[in-house]
Order: sequence, then structure tokens, then C-alpha cells
Amino acid sequence: MLKASENYVRKLIDEGMRIDERKFDEYRTISVETNVIKKAEGSARVLIGNSNVLVGVKMSVGEPFPDTPNEGVLIVNAELVPVASPTFDPGPPDETAIEMARIVDRGIRESKCIDLEKLCMEEDKKVWIVNVDIHVLDHDGNLIDASALAAIAALLTANIPKYEDEKIVYGEYEGKIPIRDVPIAVTIAKISNKLLIDTNLEEENALDARITIATNEKEEICAIQKGGVGFFTTDEIKQAADLSIKKGKELRQLVK
Amino acid sequence: MGKKAKMIINGKRLDGRSLEDFRPITVEVGVLKSAEGSAVFKFGDTYALAAVYGPRTMHPRHLQDPQRAILRCRYSMAPFSTNERVRPGVNRRSVEISKVLNEALSNVVFFEDYPKTGIDVFVEILQADASTRCAGLNAAALALVEAGVPIKDLISSCSVGKVDGEIVLDIGGDEDEFGEVDMATATIGNEDKFVLLQVDGIITKEDFFKLLDLARKGCAEIYERQKNAFKEKYKAGEIDVES
Repeated sequence: MLKASENYVRKLIDEGMRIDERKFDEYRTISVETNVIKKAEGSARVLIGNSNVLVGVKMSVGEPFPDTPNEGVLIVNAELVPVASPTFDPGPPDETAIEMARIVDRGIRESKCIDLEKLCMEEDKKVWIVNVDIHVLDHDGNLIDASALAAIAALLTANIPKYEDEKIVYGEYEGKIPIRDVPIAVTIAKISNKLLIDTNLEEENALDARITIATNEKEEICAIQKGGVGFFTTDEIKQAADLSIKKGKELRQLVK
Repeated sequence: MGKKAKMIINGKRLDGRSLEDFRPITVEVGVLKSAEGSAVFKFGDTYALAAVYGPRTMHPRHLQDPQRAILRCRYSMAPFSTNERVRPGVNRRSVEISKVLNEALSNVVFFEDYPKTGIDVFVEILQADASTRCAGLNAAALALVEAGVPIKDLISSCSVGKVDGEIVLDIGGDEDEFGEVDMATATIGNEDKFVLLQVDGIITKEDFFKLLDLARKGCAEIYERQKNAFKEKYKAGEIDVES
């Protein structure tokens, strides 16, 4: 399945090259398509190279969390469905899927991009629940960035359904989900002591560590997650922060 | 519970600490009889207990690696550890934390020394008052040493953050809930090698860099405390190391 061995990937990177001839700070071709699922209140498909992620936003009504009685609820879930990779098994989300969902969740939540107070229907009792479901359809690396981009793209198009006689009227809408920022997650990988972005599957196989940094429109950081075995020095983290802000700005143009 | 009007007054925090002070730290190694290695690490009211079992034959067998040991890590919060009871069992948060703790510890274990075996690290948070993953990681590193698992160095962990606009060390209590930014970090010993880094909250790049510098200092201090715990326990002549 892998087109290049770990050693070959590392050797190329040592020489300043990548197997698909990209620069270290270059994404593969990215395409964003919105409103792809009519039944969902919001949806988007993002392709980064061959990686293919579909996100659907479904709205439901439920109780708020006790500590935020006047705010709607955000729930992010990720499914690594078996169609996407021979390494994905059917069944409940594993730690990889859970971590990915939580990274995407934190970028959205910590940026406060959804005005959750506007999603309160009755304080303490009834609020809108925003369910962001990430469905990975094809895995060729960098699923975190693809998922985060698809999630915010889907949220930007999402509508609030009509609510009548204690029931959701599907297909009829009362307005849009209030979005006031566009957080973008950029994952920087460390392979053979070099930093690079948008790893493909072969590169991920050779990965030492990764760091995902979500930034907002004001170019502030709103969430960070380091993952993978391996470490980052202070200097590497600073370089990664600069890179995430620069690339975040470029990616934001694709969904705005 | 409402937001506290002010959490830092004249450079003092709610519990009287200065900006770059830890809460009182308690470190103890070898606290359990059954486990091969165990340790307690406390930041104030945050109370973490870690136990290590193994290296032992890996079960189920198909998970064995003929070349190296497998590290498994489980982080769990006791039901009574927080104001609102924690439902026992795994949840998404604990799965994620277990994963990042495992990845952090994996930097220092000599896996090749014990092929086909499993090393189990269990972290129990008995009381939670913020920075639980940091306390748990510090305890886990100590428990690995106590178990005799060969490691390159300790993992030393602390939290930093931004509260009331100030950069602070060791987020505790209300600072977690009402502060602006919370960052969990860990380094290999006192080296400039971050093996854990998680940030929540909006922060400028400049302030983030300040947090990184403070985290380095904090982890270095934790490293000294961890080493001292062993020195205390194994003072020459005071304890029979062989027993």
C-alpha cells in the first residue's frame, strides 16, 4: 500500500526533498465544496491531495451543560470508516479518531467562533446542539487539517432548522448558525529533524512527532496539540507557530 | 458558581501564590505493595497516583512485539475526585490523555531491552484541582524508575497559563475554569525537548513564547523535585534497598 519506505522518505527529507516533490511548507492541492449533503443542516467536503473528508452538521435540541446554562452545545465526533483505509476497522472510534475529533473540537471551541449564547432557546432547559460529524472517506495523510477545514467550512454554511410545537421541522430554516471567526488548524510534522506540513501517508509512516496549531482571524493561537512519540525544541515550536499563522491565513481564504 | 471578579491582585493569586510559584508539591515513591513501581505526585489539592506493572508477558499474545516491549498507559479519574461525580470507566477525555501520556513516556523507555513484554502504566487521579495530567505524568515517570524499567531520563511535567492577563505557573483550582489560557507541558528531564504540549485558549504568539520559556523553568524545577524524592528514599544506610 505504501509507495515509499520509511527510510526512503527520511533520506529524501535529509536532502531537502519530498517524495511528491513538494516544498516543506507546501500543501497539496486543496479543494473545498460546500452543501454536498442536502439532509444535513450544513456540510462540506475537503480534498487535500487524495485525502477526502466529509463533514456534516446536524442540529438537535437538548439540555445545556449545567455550567453553561445559557449556551448551545457543540459536539464533534470523527469516524474513520473502513472505506478510507485498509488500516481502519469497523467499530466505535479508537484513540486516533477520538484524538482527532478532540483536536478539531478544541480549535472550534477555544476560538469561540460559534456564538453559542445565540443557540439558547430556554435558559437551563433547552438549547440547540450543534453536532459536527467528521467522516473520513479516503486516507492519504493529514486528516487533522482536512477535518478541521471541512468542519469550519460546514459550520459556515449551516442553517438552524425551524422549531415548531417542540419539534424540528427539517428542510425549513430560521437562520444561520452564528459564526464570528474562522479558526484554521495547521499540522506541522517533524521527520528526520526537519519541519514540514501536509504529510502524505508515506510521510506519516516516517513521522517522529507532529504539532497541530489552530489560529484565528486575528492571527492569535487558540489551541495546540502535540502528538506522536518524539519531541519538539522551543525553537522548533516557535517555527511551527510562525508557519501555522502563515498557512492558516492561506487556508482561510479557501472557506471564506 | 460565577466568575471571580479578579483572580490576581497585586501580583498575588487567589491562594496567595506569586505568578511563578508552584502550589505545595508532594512527591513520594514506592507507595504501593503490589505494583512493581508506584509513586504519588501532588500539586496542592491535585493528587495523582501511578503504578507500573511489568515488564511482563504481553497479553493478549497477538499484541506482542518480538523486537520490543509495548507500553500501555491508562489515565483515569476517581468518581469522587471532582465536585460533580465522574462516571467511572473510559471517556473521550481519558482516552486522549492516556494517548498523549503514553507518547510522552515512550520517548525515554528502552523498549528493546524487553521483547515480547508489556509495561502497564496506570495513572489514577484521586483528587482533581487542575493540572491532573501533569501530576499523573510526573508520578508515572517516577513509578517507571521505581519498577526498574530502564529509561533514558525522567519526564518532568507542569502546567502554565494566562490568568487575568498574567503569565502564571501551575494552573490551579479556579484558574483552570476562569483563566484565559491553559497549557500542559512536559520535557525530557530538564532538556529543551517538549514531549507534551497542549494549549487551550486564545493567546498571541508573543505570549505563547513567554509560556514556553516559563514551562521550561517549571519542568526543570519538577525534575529536581523528582530526583530528590529518590535521594530521600534511598539515603545510604537508612533503607535496605534489596528488600
